[in-house]
Amino acid sequence: MHTDDADHAHDHHHGHTHQHTHGPHPTREDDDVALTQGEAKFLALKSLLIEKGVLTADEIRRRHEINDRGTPHQGARMVAKAWVDPAFKARMLQDGKAAAVELGIAVTEAELMVIENTPDCHNLIVCTLCSCYPRSLLGEPPAWYVSKAYRSRAVREPRKVLREFGLSFPDAVEIRVHDSNADLRYIVLPMRPAGTDHLSEAALAALVSRDCLVGTALPGQI
Amino acid sequence: MPEVERPDFARGDRVRIIDLAKPGHVRTPMYVRGKLGVIDRYCGRFENPEERAYGHIGGTRIPLYRVRVMQRDLWPDYQGSNGDSLVLEIYQHWLKPA
Repeated sequence: MHTDDADHAHDHHHGHTHQHTHGPHPTREDDDVALTQGEAKFLALKSLLIEKGVLTADEIRRRHEINDRGTPHQGARMVAKAWVDPAFKARMLQDGKAAAVELGIAVTEAELMVIENTPDCHNLIVCTLCSCYPRSLLGEPPAWYVSKAYRSRAVREPRKVLREFGLSFPDAVEIRVHDSNADLRYIVLPMRPAGTDHLSEAALAALVSRDCLVGTALPGQI
Repeated sequence: MPEVERPDFARGDRVRIIDLAKPGHVRTPMYVRGKLGVIDRYCGRFENPEERAYGHIGGTRIPLYRVRVMQRDLWPDYQGSNGDSLVLEIYQHWLKPA
């Protein structure tokens, strides 16, 4: 439903045609296919760096773990803090990276820009050229975010894409698409839902899903 | 390219995104080339990705802007509201005053 990329279509088809042989557990194709040229080059370079003593396998492993520290919850914490603390929100809109540091979150990208949704403007993030995403903050992007379908359609027909995610907006609301095509990285600061005055900061953070931070969902719609 | 001390454009300036037809690691997508937009924000100076991609690290830093383009100007048959827009990052040498 989120996506019309090839992987999803394949899984769907797969599930239906082979269900009787595989049982209820979804399967993933083994990756025992020939290496691409890029993969072969990568593995050769990695082996050489280790052989020559430039890097150790453990250092590379640790770097992977550091890269995997990002999680949407870190972005959700920033949003919830901004909802309850106007001064923090002002600083966050000024400098997203510095605001993250205040919460003990290390953002390693050059700059993090926080884009605020308002009653008059809904924001949507995409990277048309590749798959730029604030990974150190949010982790790896979802598969649909890096799909060619999303990357091309988000800038061409954003309202249709949003409707496929279950969001529609009246014409009076501007849809503003942000192409993350160069040095900045982005998250959306969604509007705080009505009727949440009684919620704690932690409970508010729980309303903010990954997709809210990209602009393809609204808080509380998980 | 000489180091630029002061950016040429400021918020609100009308600009045209030019088509340098430059090969390699350029960050100006095809779909905005030749289009008119307005400077939304000056983002500071960054190393030129067109040089960095080929190992020239620590080179000249050039001004980067966020440029806002109306969807109607991007796509004549755009299906949406006249107020819909798109903002993206463009390096100064891809812009001229409009």
